[in-house]
Amino acid sequence: MIEHPWLIPLAPLLAFAINGLLGPRYLKKATGVIGSAGILAAFLLTVWLWAEGEYGEATLFEWLASGSLAINIGFLVDELTVVMLLVVTGVSFLVHVYSIGYMAHDGSFARFFAWLPLFVFSMVMLVMANNFLSLFVFWELVGVCSYLLIGFWHDRESANNAAMKAFLVNRVGDFGFAIAIFMIFWNFRTLEYGAVFAQVGQADPETVLVIALLLFVGAMGKSAQFPLHIWLPDAMEGPTPVSALIHAATMVTAGVYMVARMAPIFEVHTTALLVVGGVGAFTALFAATIAVVQTDIKRVLAYSTVSQLGLMFLALGAGVYTAAIFHLATHAFFKALLFLGSGSVIHAMHDEQEMTRYGGLRRKLKWTYGTFLVGGLALSAIFPLAGFWSKDEILAGAFMRGASLDGDGLFIVFWALGLAASLLTAFYTFRMVIMTFHGDPRDAELHERAHESPAVMVAPLALLAVLAMGAGAVLGFPPEHGLIHDFLHHAPGILHFELTGNQTIIAISLAVISTAVALLGALGAYMIYSRGAPRAESIGQFVPGMHSLLYRKYHIDEIVNYGIVATTKVLGFILWAIDAKIVDGIANLIGWTVRALGGAARQVQTGQVQNYVFLMALGAVVSVGALMIFR
Amino acid sequence: MAESGFPLLSVILWVPLAGAALVLLTRGRSAAAAVAMLAALVSLLAAVAMVAEFDPGVEGYQFLEERDWIAALDISYRLGVDGISVLMVLLTAILTPIVVATSWLSINRRVREYMAAMLLLETGLLGVFMALDLVLFYVFWELVLIPMYLLIGVWGGPNRIYATIKFFIFTFIGSVLMLLAILVIAFDAGSFNVILLPEIGVSSHLQTAVFGAFFLTFAIKAPMFPFHTWLPDAHVEAPTGGSVILAGVLLKMGGYGFLRYVLPLTPEAVDEFRVAVMALSVVAIINGALVAMMQRDLKKLVAYSSVSHMGFVTLGIFSQEQIGIDGAIVQMFSHGLVTGALFLCVGIVYDRTHTRLFADLGGFAKRMPVYALLLGFFSLASLGLPMMSGFVGEFMVLLAAFGWSYVAGVLSLLGVVLAAAYMLWMYKRVVFGELRSAAFARIPDANRVEVMALLPLVALVMWVGISPGTFVNLLDTATAAIATYR
Repeated sequence: MIEHPWLIPLAPLLAFAINGLLGPRYLKKATGVIGSAGILAAFLLTVWLWAEGEYGEATLFEWLASGSLAINIGFLVDELTVVMLLVVTGVSFLVHVYSIGYMAHDGSFARFFAWLPLFVFSMVMLVMANNFLSLFVFWELVGVCSYLLIGFWHDRESANNAAMKAFLVNRVGDFGFAIAIFMIFWNFRTLEYGAVFAQVGQADPETVLVIALLLFVGAMGKSAQFPLHIWLPDAMEGPTPVSALIHAATMVTAGVYMVARMAPIFEVHTTALLVVGGVGAFTALFAATIAVVQTDIKRVLAYSTVSQLGLMFLALGAGVYTAAIFHLATHAFFKALLFLGSGSVIHAMHDEQEMTRYGGLRRKLKWTYGTFLVGGLALSAIFPLAGFWSKDEILAGAFMRGASLDGDGLFIVFWALGLAASLLTAFYTFRMVIMTFHGDPRDAELHERAHESPAVMVAPLALLAVLAMGAGAVLGFPPEHGLIHDFLHHAPGILHFELTGNQTIIAISLAVISTAVALLGALGAYMIYSRGAPRAESIGQFVPGMHSLLYRKYHIDEIVNYGIVATTKVLGFILWAIDAKIVDGIANLIGWTVRALGGAARQVQTGQVQNYVFLMALGAVVSVGALMIFR
Repeated sequence: MAESGFPLLSVILWVPLAGAALVLLTRGRSAAAAVAMLAALVSLLAAVAMVAEFDPGVEGYQFLEERDWIAALDISYRLGVDGISVLMVLLTAILTPIVVATSWLSINRRVREYMAAMLLLETGLLGVFMALDLVLFYVFWELVLIPMYLLIGVWGGPNRIYATIKFFIFTFIGSVLMLLAILVIAFDAGSFNVILLPEIGVSSHLQTAVFGAFFLTFAIKAPMFPFHTWLPDAHVEAPTGGSVILAGVLLKMGGYGFLRYVLPLTPEAVDEFRVAVMALSVVAIINGALVAMMQRDLKKLVAYSSVSHMGFVTLGIFSQEQIGIDGAIVQMFSHGLVTGALFLCVGIVYDRTHTRLFADLGGFAKRMPVYALLLGFFSLASLGLPMMSGFVGEFMVLLAAFGWSYVAGVLSLLGVVLAAAYMLWMYKRVVFGELRSAAFARIPDANRVEVMALLPLVALVMWVGISPGTFVNLLDTATAAIATYR
């Protein structure tokens, strides 16, 4: 298998090609099966690769060679790649199956099942890249696939805007990423991971720091970290399976993966790690506060994703890479579950996404409720569900980093931010569960028509619920020595956090603290939204304007709109005026002067090309004559 | 370099002209188009044979043909190609039949003359890229202008007179200056032979003057900021076919001129003015992008995007790094494919709606799904999406630019970010949303001819994007030589 790693991306690529070329006209509904089969094939091939356990690099072909530059398209397969591939193809497969049901009545079913495998292909290639150019190429392709899928319902103005916003914000991130790549080339004269990593130790640490921070800007774009998070909540305009696939389970994890992969670059300068951890911790809390007041079910989940990604970056910054990847995996399971579950609710409620019109759905949507509750518990990091194990490791890692002698005390602050985010996470999760499934229906008519989703949608929910329940303990127990730790232990560039005797006690205490905090958050949600004491409105009155500020997402969108978009437009307008009036004016002035002096083009009109030909001939005669005379 | 027995280049070069003569003898639009198509395809076939036979490892020019022309002055009919010319010849030969096919649908009057002008244009363009004698080069350079001038002036839009006069004056200034430069070189070096000239060189004290004259000529043609303002006007008035060739091939005469004449003949002056030229290129990239973003006319937007994209060409050439020069040529080739296709797409909408204003457009995704897909493809190619041709050239040029100066690199990279903004915005305004007029409710999708004309461009854009090595390998020997003139 290791000789042919290209087979893994080939399967989804073929599914895309077949569905794209033949889908709309001939295959129609069959595209759903073909797409799912392609992804399943990729998943099974990955399992095969994993079972064989032989890792290494392989070159597919020479992409470009020019001067001192030579770039190959190749593959790097190691433990980190395998974990990413398993998560990406596994979750994607379930999302594909679910989509067969969810998109069943959509007029563009075949188009959907062309873009979806293309997205998986790009993501798989991104994860398997062995050099910075390949990484960037597929990084951008993932971005364009998300553009196509977010804007899938293109007759909706909001969907088009969201798609554009996603692509453009990602381009801003990629701006930093690209500068990093060019700097890497001119400093190390290569773009191969291995060759670069081998040299960073000897390079100027300040330069490497700049490179690391620029790479992180790219990661912030893809993984929606403050202030480049603004595209992700809007991206919920896409069909819900897309939200589950791209904006929870896979695409947004690309940034986390990238930083983990580039660990040797980030570790050269501790400032890089501090920035990564700080941005992550801040984003985790920042996004959680916004999620607390949103009433659109998908928007809550979207901000939750931003928040959880922040925790992963906190882990990366703290140097507990395994915890970051571990949480990436468990989060992929439970967040895909929650998104698909919300899709099932939205489906049942005839495309209504406002939780203010839900309520009491637990009796009508038994399966959806049960699985959603599991996802919610996992997200809230309640013992012993998946989220508990991975999130606990992150917080413990941040604390240890802050407390250790060679660590940075700021990480204690980051830990506190993460802990506060945990409190809010449990709160908004249970707020969401209660508002959706408990209490009395707030819209009787909608409630009356609600119905459970078909088996093709429920089955993936059930499978993901099993993963959200068990994956944490199976992969992560005992803490620091679970399956995933031992597996990733061998991956190059991934550090392993070792706990010593005393620290074990601290770790257990930290776990107890974070569990208590999560339970407190859940209890708060129960009191407010189920018992109605205290009432949500009366809490809002404590700090006037607070609710509005959070509901409007700290006005970041407005700031970006007026600060950047409008400024760019004004600048463009001024430049256009200069171009059209001054630059062109001068050019015209010179032109007319020449014309007036020479009288050459006085009668240039339609059809009267004779003048010009005559002039040309005259010019030629004069010049040949001049040559004859002067030579 | 031995002369090859069969005059392959002459076949590629003169078949279109012969075709033009034959076209004038036909009756009826379809007959004219058929003859024109035949001539263009024969030329394309010969060009493909040329690429197949071309040996990328050999230094210097290949397929050389040489005959005395004006023996008294040592002016020869001398043709030959290196890797750079090969790609430009190929681009010309590919775009012409595509334009003939689509013009057959969209041109309603004086079709014969139109087709003849188009073929004459092809001969002129091919000659520019093949000529290895300065006078011959000049003749072809001028030959290009006449049919282009006619295409805009006769088949153009309502404001065509203004556009043609402007086009004429700009290019006329360029021509006069170039003629002067050629004369100076001839007196100084005593030869018109483009093969020998780089070795003889131009005397130091004349280099600045020669550079200045050549630079203005090629900068107007490319077009470089601030000599670009003729381009949007010309495009807006030109018929679709004219725009495709204008953006697709004509602008490349500027880049080709820099590579073939400026860099090898006036290296000292290049060294002196390099910073200024690089700065102008960066300004062109950003200014072009920002101004493109503000356009209300679809065609003007594409025209200004050309200014921005051609900024990468000059940036790459004057980086004098082989990566940058290779990148500039790939960018020229790619821009020819992509912008040519975009102008075809503009034409498809214009033929159906008779408007190009964004205010009137929108909502075509439902009515014209195939068209929407094609326009989307070329929009993504234009904004430099990887795996498509636009990315390759810009990536290589940016790499070279960063090697020269981080500031230049970062600023140019901004152009790529802005390209995404204006292209996606353009796409949204044309394709998404609601139809603006009930008259468009029955608008037909892209027809078979239009799709068949665009598909080869789709294939080539993907080919360059996925395996740019195939094309860069053709260039390597030639650009390695050019990178040494410094």
